[in-house]
Amino acid sequence: MLRPFTLHRPETAEEACALLARLGEDAVPYAGGTELLLLMKLGLLRPPHLVDVKRIRELNELADGGRLTIGATVTHRSLERSPLVRARCPLVASVARHVANVRVRNVGTIGGNLAFADPHSDLATLFLALDAHVELVSPGGRRELSLGDFVRGPWETARRPDELLAGVRLAPWPSRAAAYVKFGVHERPTLGIAVALGLNGGDGRAGARIQDARIAVGCVGPRPARMFTAEARLRGVSVDRVDDVVGAVGDSAAAGVDPADDLHGSADYKREMVAVFVRRALRVAAARAGGVEPATSFPYAVVA
Amino acid sequence: MDGARSPETIHLVVNGRACDLEVAPHALLLDVLRDVLDLKGAKRSCDTQVCGACTVLIDGMAVSACTYLAVEADGRAVLTVEGLAEGETLHPLQRAFLDAGAVQCGFCTSGMLLTARAMLAETTAPSRQEVLHYLRGSLCRCTGYRKIVEAIMAVAETAR
Repeated sequence: MLRPFTLHRPETAEEACALLARLGEDAVPYAGGTELLLLMKLGLLRPPHLVDVKRIRELNELADGGRLTIGATVTHRSLERSPLVRARCPLVASVARHVANVRVRNVGTIGGNLAFADPHSDLATLFLALDAHVELVSPGGRRELSLGDFVRGPWETARRPDELLAGVRLAPWPSRAAAYVKFGVHERPTLGIAVALGLNGGDGRAGARIQDARIAVGCVGPRPARMFTAEARLRGVSVDRVDDVVGAVGDSAAAGVDPADDLHGSADYKREMVAVFVRRALRVAAARAGGVEPATSFPYAVVA
Repeated sequence: MDGARSPETIHLVVNGRACDLEVAPHALLLDVLRDVLDLKGAKRSCDTQVCGACTVLIDGMAVSACTYLAVEADGRAVLTVEGLAEGETLHPLQRAFLDAGAVQCGFCTSGMLLTARAMLAETTAPSRQEVLHYLRGSLCRCTGYRKIVEAIMAVAETAR
């Protein structure tokens, strides 16, 4: 059962921000409700006001400018099935296809997922590796933050109470050289690894060298984190010879995380799995860089 | 702009019948279906969108009624397991579940049927792998998945 609340349905971002500014901490933005309503049912959150943002047209748009813009109220399902996203950033569509289950994907939104900042989010980890930015709207104007600056910690973001998350912007990235691998037996993943390889020449042919590598590890820390030391080991390596360094890169990533013991596993176990799955994700990304889709599958894991 | 806390009237079509209902903003669709409309097919089980026992279709799309505000169904068509058969004639999925012995305790069955129905409306000839992917998050506590998948595949085969 839910406690009673007042439901507001603004039709513009300005109207929504004015409501959030006026009601302060008494109001919470509401979109799909797949995270929010769970906490409200448990009584962990008791907002007297919900501001439904789904009627705000600009928040529901997918647009292809210089960057791909994903509106905050776009559902996982729309992302998964959007021809634009599948063409421009197939990895994003592929990861969206594996978020939670079909009922959550039908209703849950990209903005809700990111603004909720659950540490076990697939999208936050992926977007960190893809150098995504979020756009925030407030009565004072608009600002853009990198995903890394936006997600501050578990269930904590840089969004101010009167701000609305408008959407996500993705810089163009050679998608064939990226991979996301998640692992776990629970509803939410135990581990998520996103790898994106920038190649010199950038056309994704075999023999190219890695110019810029991004590795993001999610679910094992308070927020998704880039593995800078591990990334540095990949710079200048030929994609054909990635196998020579995957062991060292995986070990370096494992040394860079500080997991806690919980129901997903012990800290030692998670660290070991980080090493294993960074190796695996890197091999997949390197194969894609060479134009090959590897026919790999791992137990209790999803390769997106 | 001032919002609503008191009940509002929503217009929806449930299992083919139009109805107007007075619901409060905090009313969950599952409670309205079970307690107001007396449709008990959708079950409350995990209450966290993990298990699928409360699955209903909104405009053909599977949702967890346990975590869905009833006011969101305004202007839409809701299908519960009670609306699956045409009179006395079972839906092909219901027939296939019976033929395959895909029902054990029956608690997950309504959710399984509706999830399968949503999938077949999107993909006429799904592979076994696609069926398994779509059923992720639809839990059978009797662990009778093999026959459930068999039944769905049988219906998919006839559509091929």
